[in-house]
Amino acid sequence: MQKTLKRYFPIFVVPTLIAFAFAFVIPFIEGVYLSFCKFTTVKNAEWIGLDNYVTALSQGEGFGHSFWVTAAFTVISVITVNVFAFCIALLLTRKLRGTNFFRTVFFLPNLIGGIVLGYTWQQMIDAILYKHGVTIVSDFKYGFIGLIILMNWQMVGYMMIIYIAGLQNIPTELIEAAKIDGATSMQTLFKVKIPMVMPSITICIFLTLSNSFKLFDQNLSLTAGAPLHETEMLALNIYRTFYGRVGYEGVGQAKAVMFFIIVTAIAVIQLLATRSKEVEQ
Amino acid sequence: MEKKKSNILITIVLCVLTVVVLFPLYFILMNSFKGKFYISKQPFVLPKGELFAGITNYVNGLEQTGLIEAAGWSFFITIVSVALIILFTSMTAYYLTRVKSKPSSLIYYLFVFSMVVPFQMVMFTMVDLADRFHLRNPLGMCILYLGFGAGLSVFMFAGFVKSIPLEIEEAAMIDGCNPLQTYFRVVFPILKPTAITVAILNVMWIWNDFLLPYLVIGIRTRYKTIPVVIQMLVGTNGNKDLGALMAMLVLSIVPIVIFYMACQKYIIEGVVAGAVKG
Repeated sequence: MQKTLKRYFPIFVVPTLIAFAFAFVIPFIEGVYLSFCKFTTVKNAEWIGLDNYVTALSQGEGFGHSFWVTAAFTVISVITVNVFAFCIALLLTRKLRGTNFFRTVFFLPNLIGGIVLGYTWQQMIDAILYKHGVTIVSDFKYGFIGLIILMNWQMVGYMMIIYIAGLQNIPTELIEAAKIDGATSMQTLFKVKIPMVMPSITICIFLTLSNSFKLFDQNLSLTAGAPLHETEMLALNIYRTFYGRVGYEGVGQAKAVMFFIIVTAIAVIQLLATRSKEVEQ
Repeated sequence: MEKKKSNILITIVLCVLTVVVLFPLYFILMNSFKGKFYISKQPFVLPKGELFAGITNYVNGLEQTGLIEAAGWSFFITIVSVALIILFTSMTAYYLTRVKSKPSSLIYYLFVFSMVVPFQMVMFTMVDLADRFHLRNPLGMCILYLGFGAGLSVFMFAGFVKSIPLEIEEAAMIDGCNPLQTYFRVVFPILKPTAITVAILNVMWIWNDFLLPYLVIGIRTRYKTIPVVIQMLVGTNGNKDLGALMAMLVLSIVPIVIFYMACQKYIIEGVVAGAVKG
């Protein structure tokens, strides 16, 4: 059977592979190469070694600043989103009336795209701040807090769904047994429920981590990096370097390569962490 | 008694959360019916009396953005891309799982690898490549989506194909089916639940995607999608027409809410399935 199927490679694999080459493989290889070049289009590239990386990391490029904003944003979002999502999931797995309705409503924001969400919240926050005579772009803290609120509003529903699925998979006998043994509800939570949903927790942390780190649309629409690039996260900083200034395409590409390395490193660490957990179980 | 009390408390907390979640949507809906000069000064007042502007904002907004046509292109690109993704990536995943060879696993790991890579890494070079091969149009977009979405989709289909017993396919082969017939008559029907999950995840991504259509198709053509026209409405005019913005935000959320109402069960199941595999 394998042999006959093997001859069908052109039909089964080639169409996807061609699209994949155009969208990913070729651009990726070109991208790595171009990060060592000076260029404005792919055709006039000129090898300059590590210069782009040096420029990218220099002061005034904002890459370092963006990195710290992104890192702070990611840490806070991962914690807040997961704590909220897990708590709501706990409330929604108590078989109360209306559970389905609440679940449906809480998930809704996740379906709305980043651009539309960003402008919706920009208007909301500006409306709230109007009385004080400021807007969301007046100060770093407004924009930063705004981004965190927006992220929570969008992601909590998604993570909640995953946690609910995890909590519902815990065998009821296990929780009953804990009760019979005299465990308080806090003890059941920390000694039974949380260890049992560990796989869901890893998945959710990974999803929030990579979504927060790669955030672009929401950043662009909510604050566009204002004031003065202060709320500019990595993805937006890279975008601006590419398309905001002529002659900096190489620097943008160098930043993109570093961004890729950081994201991959996070993914690998996550994968290793998940693997070691799976062995334990 | 104690339990009843805590249940009431929980229900109250959940109701408050519902208000928090829905408030921004209510806020834009309410303000979309308000005269544009009142919005920033009286954002939380109901559009009554002189504040009420009827559908003026909607008319103005549609005129400024061409949102209806953009919705058409959004639909076209999303539906065609997702159809291509389902058809081709499921076939690819089937082949890569069933034919065990070095090239197979190399291609498979390349797909998996692409899931991790952030869009910014290939952004500039992809647009350049699209330019050289005349892909900067709606159909070209669909091909790029097939390529960029292939990673996750192949990965999810492959995970499911592994669980299908080989005997079924062998029986079909013995009955005289060639691999294509075996695939479409026997394997694909079994893959249907995964196909729905993959379709939903891709619809959510492509419908809302901003950067790829913005860079590839650009703002000077007529093929703009919804996120692109929303961004242009705000990005291009300095003193923005808040009324039109509110109205257009409302209109761009409507199709999503309808889609959600219609396929809610599949969406929530799809998210769980996608998360567990991804």
